[in-house]
Amino acid sequence: MPELHFPWIEVSILVPLFGALWIHLLGNRETVLQHAIAICGVTLALTVGELVDFVSIGSFEAHDHWLFLDWLFQRDIFVVDELSAFQLPLAALIFLVTVMSTLRTKAPRFSLKLTLISETLVLATFSCRSSWTLIGLLIAGTIPPYLELRRRQRCTRIYVLHMAVFAMLLVVGFGWLNRVEAGSSQVLIAGALLTAAALLRSGIFPLHLWMTDLFEKATFGTAILFTTPLVGAYAVMRLVLPMAPSWALQSIAVLSLVTAVYGGAMALIQREARRMFCFLLLSQSSLVLVGLELVTPIGLTGALCLWLSVGLSLTGFGITLRCIEARISRVSLADFHGLCRQMPMLAGFFLLTGLASIGFPATVGFVGMELLIEGAVEVYPLVGTMVVIAAALSGITVLFAYFRIFTGHHNRTLVPMHARPAERVAVLIVTLLILGGGLVPQPGVASRYHAAEALTRQRQTNPMTAAHVADAEREIVPRGEVSVQ
Amino acid sequence: MNYLDTIFQLLGTAVVASPAILLAILGLSALFNWSLSESSISRLTQAAVLFSLLPAIGILVLMLATGIRYVPIELGNWVTIPEQDFHFHVKFVFDRLSIPFLMLSCVLCGVVGAFTRRYLHREEGYRRFFLYYAVFFCGMVLSSLAGTIEALFVGWELVGLSSALLVAYFHERVNPVRNGQRVWSIYRLSDAAFLIAAITMHHLSGEGDFGGLMSSGVWPEGTAAISSSQALLVGSLLLIAAAGKSALFPFSGWLPRAMEGPTPSSAIFYGALSVHLGAFLLLRLSPILDASLTLQLMVIALGGVSAACGAVMSRVQNDIKVSLAYASLTQVGIIVVEIGLGLRYLALIHIIGHACMRTMQLLRAPTLLRDYNELENKIGMRLPHPPWAGAKSLPASVQRWCYRFGFDRGFMDLALDKWIVRPFLQTFGWFDRMERRITDAISNEPSRESDSADLHPEDLKNVA
Repeated sequence: MPELHFPWIEVSILVPLFGALWIHLLGNRETVLQHAIAICGVTLALTVGELVDFVSIGSFEAHDHWLFLDWLFQRDIFVVDELSAFQLPLAALIFLVTVMSTLRTKAPRFSLKLTLISETLVLATFSCRSSWTLIGLLIAGTIPPYLELRRRQRCTRIYVLHMAVFAMLLVVGFGWLNRVEAGSSQVLIAGALLTAAALLRSGIFPLHLWMTDLFEKATFGTAILFTTPLVGAYAVMRLVLPMAPSWALQSIAVLSLVTAVYGGAMALIQREARRMFCFLLLSQSSLVLVGLELVTPIGLTGALCLWLSVGLSLTGFGITLRCIEARISRVSLADFHGLCRQMPMLAGFFLLTGLASIGFPATVGFVGMELLIEGAVEVYPLVGTMVVIAAALSGITVLFAYFRIFTGHHNRTLVPMHARPAERVAVLIVTLLILGGGLVPQPGVASRYHAAEALTRQRQTNPMTAAHVADAEREIVPRGEVSVQ
Repeated sequence: MNYLDTIFQLLGTAVVASPAILLAILGLSALFNWSLSESSISRLTQAAVLFSLLPAIGILVLMLATGIRYVPIELGNWVTIPEQDFHFHVKFVFDRLSIPFLMLSCVLCGVVGAFTRRYLHREEGYRRFFLYYAVFFCGMVLSSLAGTIEALFVGWELVGLSSALLVAYFHERVNPVRNGQRVWSIYRLSDAAFLIAAITMHHLSGEGDFGGLMSSGVWPEGTAAISSSQALLVGSLLLIAAAGKSALFPFSGWLPRAMEGPTPSSAIFYGALSVHLGAFLLLRLSPILDASLTLQLMVIALGGVSAACGAVMSRVQNDIKVSLAYASLTQVGIIVVEIGLGLRYLALIHIIGHACMRTMQLLRAPTLLRDYNELENKIGMRLPHPPWAGAKSLPASVQRWCYRFGFDRGFMDLALDKWIVRPFLQTFGWFDRMERRITDAISNEPSRESDSADLHPEDLKNVA
């Protein structure tokens, strides 16, 4: 396997881990937030370096040049490949902008230590391919939010129940998969368990209640960090896609589609901003799953593009809401707040990220959404229609929320409402990426298409799915032969 | 590429680049909080309009001089996946449909921009207005010149967004904002139909290029390269999209609501350009209409019903802008009928004439009311308003019903609320209650902290 020129993967995983230790040693000093920002910034730089190095190599996968952890793991446990290369900087960016948008007054509530540990776990997860280590990391990733809920003295029952089932399904499913023969029918049972686990972690209807509960009870920052990197989608990509038959994937796609429409509709009727955001995220992340499970190159490319855009734009959308919440507490959507005059920059950013999340033209989500719908129409026209309806509902929600929060009678407050420098920088970084990715989408699309092709090849070479793939390809209606049903 | 092609390419690129540059400047200045003066903003807008209009005139003159009727401006593939035969082609077309519509857009945007400079002088939202106006102008130029259905969709979306935001321009008041939300909701749903149509068309023909759909000739002579049933499917979706954008029946309810915006945007959107965009779409894709008689009949029926409703509703309104809006609807309905009958040039001329006249009427509306008041004060009585002669021939009960129908704006909003919005809210409200019950049961306590969210926490005047 080709090697990177520097141990980017392991260093980027270890930096936030040691950073957490450093933050612990610092205690409650005034500068702790700046230190956390610096650590997240270095981590982002490392993941970007990793991406650049990986792209320059030009191979499908690569691992570190030197290995610190080879005494702990096998050599090829942490690998960067085309499927995860962009997810790593995205995850690091999500953590960086979330930490940057944390007000100093809120730092005691939002545990920076746990955040950095979470970042380590997320980066390790995205650097890990199907193995017991990945299973362990996926399970370990659920612990920091639990610790926060405990610390905040909130009821953890819903979260624990769902995550315990998730962990059990993962362990049993993967254990079973390792024990049975590749061509055996029992693989389907193992696959079904792993699929259920991945769907649960993705919050697919009706297994999404842990997600709304987390947004209700955890800090907004932690909820954003646990959900926006779309770890559930990664689990689907690594554990389910390579081995699930096409009929199973299409069933999952239908479930994801139902969730997308349900999430979009539920977001529209919410009367509180966090819940609205949660359902909006649920809707858009389900669309990513729909694309992943179409298993056509175009659909997969759309899903992978949408993954990046949803992660980026909804993080931006979320941190804007969080900035507002940090100043005025929970934001009701039952009436108008008139905050536009006090925070014009955040208002613009809120609208931009919201529109990007629904695939508005000239934003990073547009091409991904187009590709996804194109792929969906190719497989089954009704799926494409439902995707569009889900996006339309989300679009209505975005403007509804914008109007409720930023328009209406303006009230003077004693709390400074303008964006702080760190918030401004976070906003500008995300804005540039959203608009840059929207105006120059080709490089991203080309790279995602390569990844989608690789994923398709994986399925074709896998004896468990090869036959199904061939069948599915024969079933796809050729261009120009669509008829009115 | 010969000398003439190079000139066309340069001029065509300038037409499209000009509004894009304006949008970039105003957008970045808003993002980075650069303070541009009122005069700078309006001058930039005027310059952008001029640098779009002059190259367009140049192209028109060259086309007339050389006898060329179709000038495609190819800007390459914005996104392409060659292995999958997927490409998002950026292509703009100058032909007998796009050039008049583009010039109309430029002229009216310029006129209304100049009018707005005075009208919104020292308004707090001056910068915001011109930013949204730039989005609109960009959208109109893209829509007018789009050579592919995807490019048309991009322009269409930009127009929709700017429209909703400008309806909510006076955002300290609740009504404009609510109406902006309503406009946006209708637009999103009709845009969904457009997007499905675009993707389906892309799927049927393998490309989004209008040239791929119209297998022979340039507008208006093209013949659709799809079967009658396919044309019916795609055309029906496009008809929904056009109905939403042009406020045709049964989506007319948003049109009077949209009049909550400032007069200049009302004029340019709902008197002139945006309201005709649905008709423009039908014109652009008229060969598809020709492919299906059923579809043509649907278009004629929709236009006729919309025109009749608009005529009844415009007569009984007590607000001048709303009355003019419905008068616009009547004309748009007639234009759609003309398109359904295949009278394309007549429809195009009708659009241009109507847009200019209605813009003038709407811009004049505020001062007209003052003039009327002065006139009535001077003659010491109300000005006579002779009733419509045709009304007398109707039975009294029909007259009363027509009055109610007109005054209640065709019951369209009521119907949409009753049959779509309310069931939607009830259904998902039920799901929400179910979720609450389940989470409360598992938690063994009230599970939603969001229930205790203050309605106006910003009023508390203390740190959260």
